[in-house]
Amino acid sequence: MGRDLLRFATAGSVDDGKSTLVGRLLYDTKSVLADQIEAVQRASVDKGLATPDLSLLVDGLRAEREQGITIDVAYRYFGMPTREFVLADTPGHVQYTRNTVTGASTAELAVLLVDARHGVVEQTRRHAAVLALLRVPRLVLAINKIDLVDYDQAVLEAIAKDFAGLARSLGFAEDAVVTIPVSALVGDNVVERSERTPWYEGPTLLGHLESVPVTGPEVDAPFRLPVQYVIRPRTEELHDYRGYAGQVASGTVRPGDEVVVLPGGHRTTVASVETADGPLAAAAAGRSVTVLLADDIDLSRGDVIAAAGAPPRVTDDFDATLCWLSEKPLHPGARLLLKHGTRTTQVIVGELRDRLDTDTFALSVPETLQINDIGRVALRTADPLPVDDYADIRATGGFLLIDPPTGNTLAAGLVGDPLVLVDLPSREPSTPGP
Amino acid sequence: MSAGLTRPGPPSSGLPSPGVLDALDALESEAIHVFREVAGEFDRPVILFSGGKDSTLLVHLAVKAFAPAPVPFPLLHVDTGHNYPEVIEFRDAIVERLGLRLEVAHVQDWIDDGRLTERADGTRNPLQTVPLLDSIVEKKFDAVFGGGRRDEERARAKERVMSLRDAFGRWDPRKQRPELWNLYNGRHAAGEHVRVFPISNWTELDVWRYIQRENIELPSIYYSHQREVFRRDGMWLAEGPWGGPRGNESLELRTVRYRTVGDGSCTGAVESTATTLDEVIAEVTASRLTERGATRADDRMSEAAMEDRKREGYF
Repeated sequence: MGRDLLRFATAGSVDDGKSTLVGRLLYDTKSVLADQIEAVQRASVDKGLATPDLSLLVDGLRAEREQGITIDVAYRYFGMPTREFVLADTPGHVQYTRNTVTGASTAELAVLLVDARHGVVEQTRRHAAVLALLRVPRLVLAINKIDLVDYDQAVLEAIAKDFAGLARSLGFAEDAVVTIPVSALVGDNVVERSERTPWYEGPTLLGHLESVPVTGPEVDAPFRLPVQYVIRPRTEELHDYRGYAGQVASGTVRPGDEVVVLPGGHRTTVASVETADGPLAAAAAGRSVTVLLADDIDLSRGDVIAAAGAPPRVTDDFDATLCWLSEKPLHPGARLLLKHGTRTTQVIVGELRDRLDTDTFALSVPETLQINDIGRVALRTADPLPVDDYADIRATGGFLLIDPPTGNTLAAGLVGDPLVLVDLPSREPSTPGP
Repeated sequence: MSAGLTRPGPPSSGLPSPGVLDALDALESEAIHVFREVAGEFDRPVILFSGGKDSTLLVHLAVKAFAPAPVPFPLLHVDTGHNYPEVIEFRDAIVERLGLRLEVAHVQDWIDDGRLTERADGTRNPLQTVPLLDSIVEKKFDAVFGGGRRDEERARAKERVMSLRDAFGRWDPRKQRPELWNLYNGRHAAGEHVRVFPISNWTELDVWRYIQRENIELPSIYYSHQREVFRRDGMWLAEGPWGGPRGNESLELRTVRYRTVGDGSCTGAVESTATTLDEVIAEVTASRLTERGATRADDRMSEAAMEDRKREGYF
């Protein structure tokens, strides 16, 4: 076992200093090399700045540098002796749902930024709601710009308390959230522990990132493997070889395991779990393998191999929560494509059951879903799908909705109702839409 | 089962246990997943293969994704003609050994028939775009694998794993599809294609560590050797048909290696005594320059050189 890999995302509203924080993290971990620093220094001088603008390390596109904003999710990489990091840096203003959902979808942890002078604001609530909805397992609240509130412990405690209430309402467990006071500009508590916050006893941001577990709940969930491709060498010595290639979506698979192939429903056992380097005794969530089955059954791309004792449900009629990502609104009755696992099928959107107001967390019955909206809908698919509730298994509970004429991705879909709202008006059965 | 481009060596034994994947296993599994998605959803994929380290890694991963069956795609090399002979020999040996099919688009053919004009500075890297796009149209390729990594350059940091190109091959960073979970949306209209980057999330160091772990053979020029080079724009360039040395530039014998392999006119060597993978890894770890900053004149042209070339259809 060498170094492991943590995928995490950052989220925050405009001017919280997120690009500066990411720049600081890269700079202080010496992940930025001399030519990149020189490029930033050159550009900072051109802009008439006295000190290097670390956000320029992150904002890569011409339009971003010209406008001083971050447009699109950017991926950053840095490494420490025991762990590598893949950071999805998600901008907070236009298309914030789209960007936050994208970054959160692969993250095992999210760093949510607030400005110490402003505390929890509307965008903090929105971002936290999206992170909760996407079931990001761990959260860091980074209270930034503490230098601008004179490192005042009382200010920070008030914000932390305020946010703890919000996190609890959104269903985050108490131990899933860590609050860290930082100054990205000066560097307090990002990589180096600050002497100006003696009252703070927790880890630095990097220290926390280096020590949290990297695995999500997928590893302990029942086994799922969406079949991507059937490997048939058709050579003389491997004449009868049929290998089902795919990435383990959840759980663990071992030779001898009882499995069921869905939606068909054939039961069989796993004969072997192979890779190009040879067979494995077991393969856990995240590993790409080729599974050989004991019985010769008809199986192709789109099918799911699952633990026989705890299979997903097979359905062509289910409710889901959508994060609507497109400028083109959703109307009831829309005929779209749905990509779930390795299967793409047609789908008809039924009733729009409710829409979540991400500021008040109130629910209303919408006529359409617009860009950045989050809402529950009824779906009917042409082919039956083996689905799990997103709250149970992210990898087999998530799907895309695709616009047939343009091929564009319209929505991130989550089977069921993964957002748990505590101490808020509960989701009563809604009245039918218009 | 075959194990990619590995040099003959002792076979691995024992059955490893599951649990947390280490970083290289996680990156390998992600890349294999991407290869298999493309094989499952596209009609005519192709792997861009130059013989350089990133594209050699791609081919190794493709072999592992489909073993024990052969890789179900051909390879395409857009050849600037400004090559290092060691790399071309290596390219051909790999193709032969793995029984793959290689198509070569020669930039020279496009210059000869007037579709392209030689640049004043002699650099042919930017000239690869037209032969690439013409080959995609002519051969009806619908998915084109490239070895691009997001850590290489700021514009590439915004690139998707599966990235749509219009009929003109253009990349529009403001119109990219959101990429969620590991669900890639490769839908495209006739005439459009997607570029696919299975090693998007690898760093230069990951690439070298994996090459070491998997014992992947590379062209000899990645390791330290003696070469006659001349100094231009702070880089050591090799003598060649691309022009050089000129004027007061003079050849001298230096101990060098290459960190990237591209068009000879704009790819510089670095002074290095690293002759083994361990030494290369130690050198990359200690380096204060990115591989592109150190050795690629084409990326130094402007603040947004890579973004501009990508928008025009460069890979």
